Amino acid sequence: MARQPEGPPPPPTVQKLRLRYAKRGPLRFASHRDLARALERALRRARVPMAFSAGFTPHPKISYVGAAPTGAASEAEYLEIGLAERRDPEEVRAALDASLPPGIDVLECVEAAEGSGSLADRIDAAAWRVELPGVSPADLARAVEAFLAADVVTVEKRTKNGLRDVDARAAVAGASAAEEAGCAILHMVVRQVTPAVRPDDVLAALVAVADLRPPSPPRAVREAQGRLDDTGTVADPLGPDRVAGARCQGEPAAV
Amino acid sequence: MNGESLYPRLEPLLAQVQKPIQYVGGELNAQVKAWDDVAVHWALMYPDAYEVGLPNQGLMILYEVLNERPDALAERTYAVWPDLAALMREHDVGQFTVDSHRAVAHFDLLGVSFATELGYTNLLEALDLAGVPLHAVDRDETHPVVVAGGHAAFNPEPVADFVDCAVLGDGEQVVGDITDVVAAWKQQGRPGGRLELLARLARVDGVYVPRFYAVSYGPDGAIAAVTRTRDDVPARVGKRTVMDLDEWPYPKTPLVPLAESVHERMSVEIFRGCTRGCRFCQAGMITRPVRERTITGIGSMVEQGLRATGYEEVGLLSLSSADHSEIGQVAKQLADRYEGTNTGLSLPSTRVDAFNVTLANELSRNGRRSGLTFAPEGGSERIRRVINKTVSKDDLVRTVTTAYANGWTQVKLYFMCGLPTETDEDVLEIAELAVEVIRAGREASGRKDIRCTVSIGGFVPKPHTPFQWAGQASAETIDSRLRLLRQAINSDRRTGRSIGLRYHDGKPGVIEGLLSRGDRRVGRVIERVWREGGRFDGWSEHFSYERWTAAAAGELAPLGVDLDWYTTRERDQDEILPWDHLDSGLDKEWLWDDWQDALSEEEVADCRWTPCYDCGVCPTNGTEIQIGPTGRSLLPLTVVGR
Repeated sequence: MARQPEGPPPPPTVQKLRLRYAKRGPLRFASHRDLARALERALRRARVPMAFSAGFTPHPKISYVGAAPTGAASEAEYLEIGLAERRDPEEVRAALDASLPPGIDVLECVEAAEGSGSLADRIDAAAWRVELPGVSPADLARAVEAFLAADVVTVEKRTKNGLRDVDARAAVAGASAAEEAGCAILHMVVRQVTPAVRPDDVLAALVAVADLRPPSPPRAVREAQGRLDDTGTVADPLGPDRVAGARCQGEPAAV
Repeated sequence: MNGESLYPRLEPLLAQVQKPIQYVGGELNAQVKAWDDVAVHWALMYPDAYEVGLPNQGLMILYEVLNERPDALAERTYAVWPDLAALMREHDVGQFTVDSHRAVAHFDLLGVSFATELGYTNLLEALDLAGVPLHAVDRDETHPVVVAGGHAAFNPEPVADFVDCAVLGDGEQVVGDITDVVAAWKQQGRPGGRLELLARLARVDGVYVPRFYAVSYGPDGAIAAVTRTRDDVPARVGKRTVMDLDEWPYPKTPLVPLAESVHERMSVEIFRGCTRGCRFCQAGMITRPVRERTITGIGSMVEQGLRATGYEEVGLLSLSSADHSEIGQVAKQLADRYEGTNTGLSLPSTRVDAFNVTLANELSRNGRRSGLTFAPEGGSERIRRVINKTVSKDDLVRTVTTAYANGWTQVKLYFMCGLPTETDEDVLEIAELAVEVIRAGREASGRKDIRCTVSIGGFVPKPHTPFQWAGQASAETIDSRLRLLRQAINSDRRTGRSIGLRYHDGKPGVIEGLLSRGDRRVGRVIERVWREGGRFDGWSEHFSYERWTAAAAGELAPLGVDLDWYTTRERDQDEILPWDHLDSGLDKEWLWDDWQDALSEEEVADCRWTPCYDCGVCPTNGTEIQIGPTGRSLLPLTVVGR
């Protein structure tokens, strides 16, 4: 039999909270590991009563959903935490936000509704906005048109197992070019596929179809994540929890 | 404009480099002050990668001490990796601070903390990236004053051409004195220019300005004389000593990086200095006397630090933490306080003879039972007498066995190779010791899966130690002994699989030896290595032994000396050593006597528990040992961590 640590098992999870947070400004250069470390420490500083896994090296119960790549900013990162004591979600949000460095901002916190399925199941696509400084909006529009007209656009991508070819076109549910203050902006909705197609891969595809080469590094922001609906937009993954929470209104909130 | 942020120009470059998070700042507890609100601007550099430099206690302490002053600000800068350095040169972006991304060139002072000599090329790279002339004599009053500190600054001669000042000893108070001098000089309209500022700094206790001292050499290559070139600077420069650690509870709010760093914990320094008298240990020699932080001082630093950081582990830091006069109570009372909070305590540095299971159990009570590390340093009892780190083989085996019997499965043992008088047999005894530890450990614990890791590196003789006269073992000697050791460990199949061997080859140690005991002539070697691409010499993937040996041969031969002259050569008693005019307080005659005692395998006891043996430090500096026990207790905290 496997050895067990002495003492009683850790207290069970009594409440699950789901959070949306942003990584902004210089902190877009944080990797997922950096963010995870910062969040775990902030949860301790904020004295959120985390539930821990059993075993010799107990870990706080945190699950991350689909992290944005290093270098990309995001307005829609999600995680779920398990608490050993009930807390008011808004209080947790405010305390955690105050404990995190500026640039990692906790935007929403809702209690997970019982039996409403996992957060990961509610996310299969992401909406991106990519600023392309130095690129003419007309050039971008032409490139996007050429990209959308193609059936397959193969790009080479570095993965754990070396270089491999992926079809960037198949993952893109929609894309359009826009202009803001003279800067070309690429909006797109990208499906979660394996291997992942990231904004960089789509930009590589624009090089392939239209030789669109930005003079300086583009800046990508993930604006939303969720389930892709028939209209081509992504639904709020916290929606079902919010609906369930609203139904429970009137019950005293645990503090 | 001075103090302007370089970030808009840096940001596009960051998208193209490895681990960009290390360059963006924004750490928890980082401080940003307005440029124009203060008189004196300090850039503080740790001349290695961010992940190594960020956790450095010395830099964190000075960062807070300086930023607490209303008339000063301090920002941090670290060595940038070659990928970013190339882009910075291409796009004309200078060396920057991570706090506000200000140009290092605009600061009044650039303080550089040298924990190891292998950071010297990174200083040159940073100066060049900053646009600051490499040579101190080429700088004018628009350039920062480059101040070296840290243990390596006790012999700053190899970098004497590149730094304006070196500071000896504890930094907490002297940085304030330097700030006062710079503030006054600026406020008076910079009278006398840079030279006058340096002359004023040279009169600050603990500050050495190399350009005011001339070095001449004799026909044999050794130093003939070191003479002052001005009457108003001291003939010998002494070190600074902070006497009451409780008055300096820094860092109060340790920096917490987003990026991964080498120490994922916060540290509280529980005492400074060490009088165990290990003859190889420069830190133990130059930081005397022992000054303890009280148990209540430690308790409040732990409490405040944990609240400010959210770390899960607290390292109780010192040169030999189990030697604190109240370590048992410190560990027990902290463990009581943090019961049930998943907060671990660790002693980064434990002597075999100070270890006990009660202490170790207290340390791991609330946290994870990580491995234990002991540092016998020498493989045989004989060599341990030479280095004055006396512990018998039986005691060593008993201690490690007790650890296995109490549930630890991993024990790490640190050794050195190439110690003075060492033979192959001394090193081979390490294998016997490891085998015995595993045998006894299996028996005591009833388990087969216990492990012992032997970690071994080449010994480098350091200034201000009894071994400062010793001939360093050559890289070939080190490598051959390590080869024999590996064969010996692998030869016993029954235990070989349970013993890991981690070692470094002897080559980097030779270069460290050149830089440690070098004089001003070595500066040319450093500069040439840097010009030929030498950076990050502490990293094996960047270090090039061939580049160093070629540069040493090319630069030193015309001067009649060579690499061996600086490293493997044993010095005579009457040789003027490059650092003789820098005073750590240790009496040179005492050091020589201790060196002779080492050669005849005679030990010296710790002056904390036995009478003074006149090393010279306390009378020279007007200091004394400060130890407890205080008998005080920590009050329980109401809510911690949950």
